[in-house]
Amino acid sequence: MNKDATPGPRVGLFVTCLVDLIRPAVGFAAVKLLEDAGCTVEVPSQTCCGQPAFNSGHRATTRAMAEQVIAAFEPYDYIVAPSGSCAGMIKTHYPELFEGDAVWAPRVEKFCAKTYELISFLVDVMKVSKIDAAFDGTVTYHDSCSGLRELGVRAQPRKLLSRVKGLELKEMHDADVCCGFGGTFCVKYPDISNTIVTKKAEHIAATGADTLLAGDMGCLMNMVGKLQRLGKPVHARHIAEVLAGVTAPPIGER
Amino acid sequence: MAFAEHLTSPAFKENAKGALADPQLQSALHGVETGVVDRRRATVEKLPEFQALRDSARDIKNHTLAHLDLYLEQFEQKCTAAGGNVHYAVTAEEARALVLDICRKANAKLVTKGKSMVGEEIAINDFLEQNGIAPIETDLGEYLVQIRHELPSHIIMPAIHLTKEQIEADFRRVHTHLPADRNLEEHQTLLTEARTVLRERFLAADVGITGANFLVAETGTSIIVTNEGNGDLTQTLPRVHIVLASIEKVVPTLEDMSQLLRVLARSATAQEMSVYTTLSTGPRRPGDPDGPNEYHVIILDNGRTAMLGGQFREMLRCIRCGACMNHCPVYAAVGGHTYGWVYPGPMGAVLTPSIVGIENAGHLPNASTFCGRCEEVCPVKIPLPKLMRYWREREFEKNLQPATIRNGLAFWAWFAQRPRLYRIATSLAMFGMGLAGKFFGRFRWLPLAGSWTRHRDFPAPHVQTFQAQWKRGVRTR
Repeated sequence: MNKDATPGPRVGLFVTCLVDLIRPAVGFAAVKLLEDAGCTVEVPSQTCCGQPAFNSGHRATTRAMAEQVIAAFEPYDYIVAPSGSCAGMIKTHYPELFEGDAVWAPRVEKFCAKTYELISFLVDVMKVSKIDAAFDGTVTYHDSCSGLRELGVRAQPRKLLSRVKGLELKEMHDADVCCGFGGTFCVKYPDISNTIVTKKAEHIAATGADTLLAGDMGCLMNMVGKLQRLGKPVHARHIAEVLAGVTAPPIGER
Repeated sequence: MAFAEHLTSPAFKENAKGALADPQLQSALHGVETGVVDRRRATVEKLPEFQALRDSARDIKNHTLAHLDLYLEQFEQKCTAAGGNVHYAVTAEEARALVLDICRKANAKLVTKGKSMVGEEIAINDFLEQNGIAPIETDLGEYLVQIRHELPSHIIMPAIHLTKEQIEADFRRVHTHLPADRNLEEHQTLLTEARTVLRERFLAADVGITGANFLVAETGTSIIVTNEGNGDLTQTLPRVHIVLASIEKVVPTLEDMSQLLRVLARSATAQEMSVYTTLSTGPRRPGDPDGPNEYHVIILDNGRTAMLGGQFREMLRCIRCGACMNHCPVYAAVGGHTYGWVYPGPMGAVLTPSIVGIENAGHLPNASTFCGRCEEVCPVKIPLPKLMRYWREREFEKNLQPATIRNGLAFWAWFAQRPRLYRIATSLAMFGMGLAGKFFGRFRWLPLAGSWTRHRDFPAPHVQTFQAQWKRGVRTR
């Protein structure tokens, strides 16, 4: 908890489509972690960052969606998303959409500078080093590609996990290799995606960890969906759930 | 188009299906995924300035591309002064005609070949054969794919898709002049046999064709890097040496070339240097103990000038190390032949459409998860995912995308741009799905989501979206 007298920053939570629709618990976990770090959290009305359209080459649509996101979140000190993929879309790809636009480009630059992925925001900006949570079990952590390569999210989640009482991290082989989700890729090329995620599921299971963690719902749904189809007894959670002590059933379970 | 018979990129999905169901291929690909990646990492970590060298390599190539006309002219001038002949070919057809003309003038019957991706690009072997000249690949991997009538499946490890057992069977099929009961069980016996067979051809060849890793403008020199020494025998023993290169191979100076070599071998094969680095400047000079009487450099364009002036310019930095495909999860799953032409993997996904047209290679830039590992390891820092995305934009503009994807995204985007309607629609949908999934927690089948549920379960959503709960004042859960 931030004990400073000055009020903490106002954070606009970009909850992301998948958390909003599939797993609201991650959104509430993010709110708790941000508030514990001393932030004031607000959730403006929102939809999608535009990444599916962007990666499918629909540039004009993406730009319209980006303008909508910027308009909704511009008033906040920071924009934080519990996803490296969506935060990476905003931070590294929005500038491409507005390149050479004298009105928008400077505005977008400022906007991107205050946009963060949740876990790296907690560690790098809010300097969080204590986590008030316990987890009785072993976990393994998958580095989601966009967070890892576009935003440099690698040490931060491991640092916070090491502060969770009772938690043991068992690293999997090739933790930094893609799980085969790839957004629309997994439905455009389902058989290739299946081969990639099958390898990933084997690496996860080989650690013997009972829970899989990652920072992105897309990757998590892909990996846990495969683990469950293969009958592997591994649970899956977004890393924010463990850090915030969420007790709801794991993803895809009741 | 002469390459049409080899082009199966439009059938990418069918190719992938076959590749995924091929146990021999899957076992061969496993080696790329594990061995090559780990060795490269170890080699790169030993060189503290490696990341700085990548920046430098990128800058050297960018500078060269910005002044490409000048450096090509300088190369031509220096090469000619050293007694060489420089030829320009705008198309693959022109390049083939130039090679044939040189071979005919030399009265050639047998041509030995070092490894050349430009040679593959212009399908020179088929063309020479059709014209009564026998080309023999002398790089072991290229020799293997040649006797199997295949394309290489990797730009530096052409036969990486083959297992030892397949190679043994091919040798027994092709080398019928050798005793049938010979032992070919060991890697070494296979190597020795290949060496013996190829040695005779080196000595008999009339013309030797090699590729070029670089052309050095300040000296008029062509450079090849190899590990087998076959390139040297190919270019030194015959009377005529033909270098097949393309316009982006030129670099300004020997110093530039030396810097690029430092990132090339490490990225390609995890070596600090390749075993042989061979520089050739012109034909044999008076007093030279060996070397060809004629030295020709054919510089191919084949669509590259158009790339230079457009969105795909950065692709011309590529130095053909293959690191992008070694680190690509899609390549590791399906192998190089699935991509359906000469250049596979991420670099092929960008380059192939530039050469054969996006309407013939539309799957290639789509068959990527955009994981970004290719860009992360690229020694000249080509933003491969971004360039693949540019191709997707072209496909969207030309209406080449599958209707399901196009319409699905348009539907989603329509809602996403109407936040109120979006909230109502998604709330209803998630309420329905949430109730339906309440009992099991996940779905094994969902309407319209067969591509997902064929291979994986889908988690049941909560009955209320986060935004709906937040609006109701829910703050924790």
